[in-house]
Amino acid sequence: MDTRRGALAVPKVRRVGFFTSIEPPPESSQRPNRSQSGPVEATTSSSPLSNSPSGNLISPVLIPPSRHHSDNLTTRVAAAAPVPVPGPAAFRRYLAQDRSLLHVGSYNPPDSLLGTSTPSSNGEFSEDSASLFGFQRSDSTKLSASFPNGGFDLTLAVRAPQESETKIATASASEGKKKIKEYLAGKSESVTTKPQKEKEQKALKDKTTKAERRAIQEAQRAAKAAAKGEGSRRADESGRANPGKATKKPQPKKERLPVTSSVSEKTAVAVEKEKRMDVPQTLMQYDDRSRVDKAKRRAVVEQTESKNKVELFLHLPQYERGNQLPNLSSNFFTLDSIHHAVYKVGLQHLAGDISGDNARCIAMLQAFQEAIEDYITPPMKDLTMDLTTKINGYVSFLIECRPLSMSMGNAIRFLKNQIRKLPVNLSESEAKISLCSDIGRFIDEKIILADKAIVQHAVTKIRDGEVLLTYGFSCVVEMILLYAHEIGKKFRVVIVDSRPNLEGQKLLRRLVTRGLDCTYTHINAISYIMREATRVFLGASSIFSNGTLYARVGTACIAMVANAFSVPVIVCCEAYKFHERVLLDSICSNELGDPDAVANIPSFRTNAKHSKTINNNKNLQFLNLMYDSTPSEYISMIVSDYGMIPPTSIPVIVREYRREHLLL
Amino acid sequence: MWRRSPSFILDERRSSNSPPMADTTRGPFQNSDSISAYYQTRAAHHGVITSDWLAQAQAAVGGVSGEEQSLSSDNQLGTEKSFNVIEEFNNWRKQPDLAEAVAAIRALAAVIRASEASTMMELEIELKKASDTLKSWDKTSISLTAGCDLFIRYVTRTSALEYEDFNSAKSRLLERAEKFGEISCKARRIIAMLSQDFIFDGCTILVHGLSRVVLEILKTAAQNNKLFRVLCTEGRPDGTGVLLSSELSKLDIPVKLLLDSAVAYSMDEVDMVFFGADGVVESGGIINMMGTYQIALVAHSMNKPVYVAAESYKFARLYPLDQKDMAPALRPIEFGVKIPTKVEVERSARDYTPPQYLTLLFTDLGVLSPSVVSDELIQLYL
Repeated sequence: MDTRRGALAVPKVRRVGFFTSIEPPPESSQRPNRSQSGPVEATTSSSPLSNSPSGNLISPVLIPPSRHHSDNLTTRVAAAAPVPVPGPAAFRRYLAQDRSLLHVGSYNPPDSLLGTSTPSSNGEFSEDSASLFGFQRSDSTKLSASFPNGGFDLTLAVRAPQESETKIATASASEGKKKIKEYLAGKSESVTTKPQKEKEQKALKDKTTKAERRAIQEAQRAAKAAAKGEGSRRADESGRANPGKATKKPQPKKERLPVTSSVSEKTAVAVEKEKRMDVPQTLMQYDDRSRVDKAKRRAVVEQTESKNKVELFLHLPQYERGNQLPNLSSNFFTLDSIHHAVYKVGLQHLAGDISGDNARCIAMLQAFQEAIEDYITPPMKDLTMDLTTKINGYVSFLIECRPLSMSMGNAIRFLKNQIRKLPVNLSESEAKISLCSDIGRFIDEKIILADKAIVQHAVTKIRDGEVLLTYGFSCVVEMILLYAHEIGKKFRVVIVDSRPNLEGQKLLRRLVTRGLDCTYTHINAISYIMREATRVFLGASSIFSNGTLYARVGTACIAMVANAFSVPVIVCCEAYKFHERVLLDSICSNELGDPDAVANIPSFRTNAKHSKTINNNKNLQFLNLMYDSTPSEYISMIVSDYGMIPPTSIPVIVREYRREHLLL
Repeated sequence: MWRRSPSFILDERRSSNSPPMADTTRGPFQNSDSISAYYQTRAAHHGVITSDWLAQAQAAVGGVSGEEQSLSSDNQLGTEKSFNVIEEFNNWRKQPDLAEAVAAIRALAAVIRASEASTMMELEIELKKASDTLKSWDKTSISLTAGCDLFIRYVTRTSALEYEDFNSAKSRLLERAEKFGEISCKARRIIAMLSQDFIFDGCTILVHGLSRVVLEILKTAAQNNKLFRVLCTEGRPDGTGVLLSSELSKLDIPVKLLLDSAVAYSMDEVDMVFFGADGVVESGGIINMMGTYQIALVAHSMNKPVYVAAESYKFARLYPLDQKDMAPALRPIEFGVKIPTKVEVERSARDYTPPQYLTLLFTDLGVLSPSVVSDELIQLYL
């Protein structure tokens, strides 16, 4: 693989990259930088790179662009000028090509950000393309006739005459009408199929129909033909994109393997997907340069990496704050790839307007609901596949805005599951209605009702005359305290808070206005105040299979001190936040907040000297961790919607819950 | 044969027979000449160690039983149906070897049998009502509550409700009820068999409380010709240890009686600790006779394994966070001397032992680690 990679040396445009203290490896510096996101560039042509004659750099390429479906942009441009445009659109295509190249050749495609949707397993890849090929062979004429200007999601105006070619390019396995097309298509096939030919065939044999097998054979023949030709992959890539360019068919990478008509095929794919879903996704490691570059290239949000990062947390994304927001909000009306509701939620996440896991999750799901309502399946596409791709695009946009919480990940998995499980015979509107109601049900059952159940359970653990200690702000804990007060329990609350978020003040305000007896203190005083407490109630961001609690930073400290004082620690957490992964420390998986929040002390007068030390000191790094992990032995009880359980029972709930999940 | 179970509150009825037993056990206290002068004088001064405390305790317990009887008779007057259930329950309970949970299960099965309901729903409601009456009859008994819950769960969670014919559905429910009762009856045997692997020749076992399961285990071990020694705690104020030791001595098992406060002193020579349980709670901890917690703590700190023998019908959906977090089961405690009115007496009859101090649970579901209890409960109730 690596040797192949070497061949893709691309003329150096300009080196922009991560400027952390570590020098970028030569490999990454060779590649042109794509730190700026496509759509942004495409619309604001003032961006430096968009002016670069990218079309001249390499043979212009047109392959599946973004996962964001920002293709509409390209479409618009293309429609205006039917000839290949070296403008922003071309640039985008170029980007896309590079991206796809990376995907085919990179060492671990399944690990890419959204592993579930990328064509990760070679078997599936070839199977899909082969069957698609079969499908299109039979239908291409009909389709081109029936969709004179809507055949593909985009760029039809230009494309009409070459419709069939487009399709071939899409399928990436051509029948071999034109030599070049055959060449490219075959090549792309060969990239994936050749090494694993036998394996695939074995795998495929049992589930492919005769027609499909034939399609595979044909694809292999094409691959052989292509192999004869000279073959640096670079050339291949550009070549492969060529017909695409001619036809102006930008197409999302994932849709290169669009849906097939045969049901058996579909179930096979679904099974594969399910298998892949069972494997927990690896987190993006932000110190893995190549993958970060890759991710950056598709980014919508223009995030600048912080320069001065703490060594131990290089693998986590840390961005400069405050510079992306104006840019993004100005794009609000021009950016079509992301549904406006999702876009809004993304901005809110970015700006920190929505905080709290439940609120974020609900906001995201509602945005998805809206997006699904507005969704129209492009012709010749399957709702299941296309919608999943779209959702993936939204999700990656949201991730760019702010890393997802575990609960959001679970919710997204639920949604994708629902999409995958849609009956084939459902009409589009029915499917949309069912999906929307599923999302609504998820919000109602798993979050709102779950909270109510938790409150009912937790209140039984509050006795008269107790002193309840809580940390930060958790909406469930707030509900518990208010409800307990409502039903007339006599107790006192100690709210422990910490800088820089001071979320506890919100809780304090709400409790005091409702007439609860509160004490407010900072975490520094925890060992003093713990003497008074008789119960500790904590919220959670997630709980992992080994019972480790993942919550707002400082929680571990509270739990440990409580344990030392033998005060029972009660964690309130909805079951949808349980995660099957195992977490051992708070380093591997965490989120970095704004370092300036730590640096800026409100009462500290910012004189010139101070700001100088802060800003220009290479030896000074600020670490604003958002979460920490509490080992299960410090947790006495977890209150979830399934009742009160010990932390050792999380795996059972996860198991049962997932089963229910699938049945839902 | 068995006068007292660890959940003594329920078994008060049989306590009337126990004074003779207490008389026989009084001997060692008085006759032993080796009591140190220090304790003799202390006993003389405070009158704490007296020979008749047992008898007084029994009398006190008897008083409570009278109260409860009147209470239950109130219940009986209230509804006719509950009369039936409790009557049935008490009938079953008179069988010496039957745990009260099993008695409750039998009684509930009888409710199904006697029911004149004509629809499934009606029957279910009737059953629910009966179990509620049983539960409210003694709220402090965990195994009674858990047994009733489990029974309802076990019986109604079947395909029986899908039968078209009501009678066949009912007979299926009955079948299931019988089966459940049978499983519960066999549980003790199963546990005894399972635990044999843990008792090795030459070991010393510390036993606290009077548990029929533990006795069954020891009996089975003796029948298997294992050579082992048993240390019994005295088990104030009911003298459960005294009863147990006399039972064990009948089986020719070498047995030694300890004061409750001598546990740490003799923990050195102990190889393992056996407890019964009133209830096994969701965290995997147990609720058992007072003193269990402290013995478990001592054993834990001396790295001795603590084994709990409990039938699975004692698994309860409870989650106490600390000792005070349970419905208190109070009992009178006699100190043999007049206690000034200003002095408070801790009268709670049981305590909660958190799971981290338990090594294994022997149940009829198998030998479980404490954390599995919650898994079983979740699978049963969710």
